[in-house]
Amino acid sequence: MTGAWADTAYLIAGVCFILALKGLSAPRTARLGTLIGASGATLAVIVALTTPHLKHLGLIIGAIVIGTAIGLPTARRVRMTAMPQLVALFNGVGGGAAALVAAVEFLRPGKDISHAATADLAAIGFTILVGGVSFSGSLITFAKLQELMTTRPVVLPAGRWLTFGFAGAGVLFAVFLVPWPSSALLALLAVVSLVFGVLFVLPVGGADVPIVISLLNAFTGLTVAASGYVLGNTLLVIAGTLVGASGTLLTRMMAAAMGRPLTGTLFGAFTATAGAVGGGGDGAARPVRTSSPEDVAILLGYARKVVIVPGYGLAVAQAQHTVREVADLLTARGVQVSYGIHPVAGRMPGHMNVLLAEANVPYESLLELEAANSELASADVAVVIGANDVVNPAARQPTGSPISGMPILDVDLAQQVVFCKRSMRPGFAGVENELLYAANTSLLFGDAKESMSKVLAALKAQ
Amino acid sequence: MSSTAWLTVFVLAVFLGFEVISKVSSILHTPLMSGANAIHGVILVGAIIATGSTDDNLQLAIGLLAIVMATVNMVGGFAVTDRMLGMFAKPRRAPSSTETSSASSTGGETK
Repeated sequence: MTGAWADTAYLIAGVCFILALKGLSAPRTARLGTLIGASGATLAVIVALTTPHLKHLGLIIGAIVIGTAIGLPTARRVRMTAMPQLVALFNGVGGGAAALVAAVEFLRPGKDISHAATADLAAIGFTILVGGVSFSGSLITFAKLQELMTTRPVVLPAGRWLTFGFAGAGVLFAVFLVPWPSSALLALLAVVSLVFGVLFVLPVGGADVPIVISLLNAFTGLTVAASGYVLGNTLLVIAGTLVGASGTLLTRMMAAAMGRPLTGTLFGAFTATAGAVGGGGDGAARPVRTSSPEDVAILLGYARKVVIVPGYGLAVAQAQHTVREVADLLTARGVQVSYGIHPVAGRMPGHMNVLLAEANVPYESLLELEAANSELASADVAVVIGANDVVNPAARQPTGSPISGMPILDVDLAQQVVFCKRSMRPGFAGVENELLYAANTSLLFGDAKESMSKVLAALKAQ
Repeated sequence: MSSTAWLTVFVLAVFLGFEVISKVSSILHTPLMSGANAIHGVILVGAIIATGSTDDNLQLAIGLLAIVMATVNMVGGFAVTDRMLGMFAKPRRAPSSTETSSASSTGGETK
């Protein structure tokens, strides 16, 4: 396709992307939105492939086939609990691709780099810098979520200065690229940005990783926009900017849902680690009421209304199917069961809804924060499975706690509270949960899936 | 296109990006992020154009690698987003759906 036709087709693709994002913002239109987005992307690729005088068409199509053969089965087969890290990985390769495109344009011999326009060189520098950060940063978030490395914040000695140093060097090299463009400087910039990406994500703790993925997603959008400028392609500029802007807003919304300012998420580990690590030790000696799966089964069997509060631990243990079986059994015996879903339960906002939907939990029984809290006030038993910070009453204190001000599920309003936990360790925020020591709280220690299986067996035996 | 024209496109797209997702429920944060992630896979278009206009072997190799990576981003991104949303849709019965499906769902619940 040539000239005006190609531009029109790109415009249609751009409109598709806008409609896709719009559609994804409402539950009823979300799937249609994805379809529209994919159609727009397909159209854009066909237009690109029919560009006049395109060389190496066979190799290009071969590369697309390889990419599809890697991407499609991975997306189809991945377990839903591993989905956040897959999104991170996809985002990383996208950012890497944008940086590579910029590198190709920079190395192009036909285009004398010493005479290339200032704005082009600035855009290339920006793409390499931010695309590199997005690539290596996303790989680290993948490693954290896949538990290939610790999910706790990693703070290197003098980490803050190292991070700022590499950030400064990256910006400096990108700026130097404009007056002194050379391949050596480009390579140096690429290395520095890759290292900075690693340093940027290392100090972020496991629970905050989703926010960083969202931020890196916005970064990749901006690099795509910048490489679109270098190539003179309006579609890339529009699509990249759309993702950059909406991704930034989404990042802020996610951070707000977790009740933490964005800067605290990104740089919090540098200042807060001492307090967070110290929190765990002193509480361990205090008496708590442990209970057996049989006790819990009896408690649940005699309840009229039960609210289940699932969290990160449930996702990790893959306990959603077992929990659903327990809920089904209770429902069959006339117990009213619902699920209280905190906006940030799981590993990403909305992640818990996906996991429970996978286990065939009826959509109607998933209650959002406010509805769940009004149910909890009249509930006989609240069962907290693998969650801690999102039910910690310390968040109600206006100040003085890292989770202050975060909206929580009021499980303490229920008559009885059962905590299914692996250990007494505080939640990710490192804040002691007073509720664990309350008189009406019983603790069921162990892996969420094993514990719930035992509860299920005990219920069946009743 | 002049620099001002590019800037215009950029600025308008920023506002549009803020506007389109301003009213999204927290349940949809993850699929929305994944969908946006798939959309920036459109860098594939840039990778194809850059690769298809070079004769140098090094640039060709870099370009082809970019194509593979961009395709993974785009194809995988849309596929995983659709799968996520499919899981929301499955257990859900629209109130206004056909009589047979609502009848079968209520029938299933009472048993």
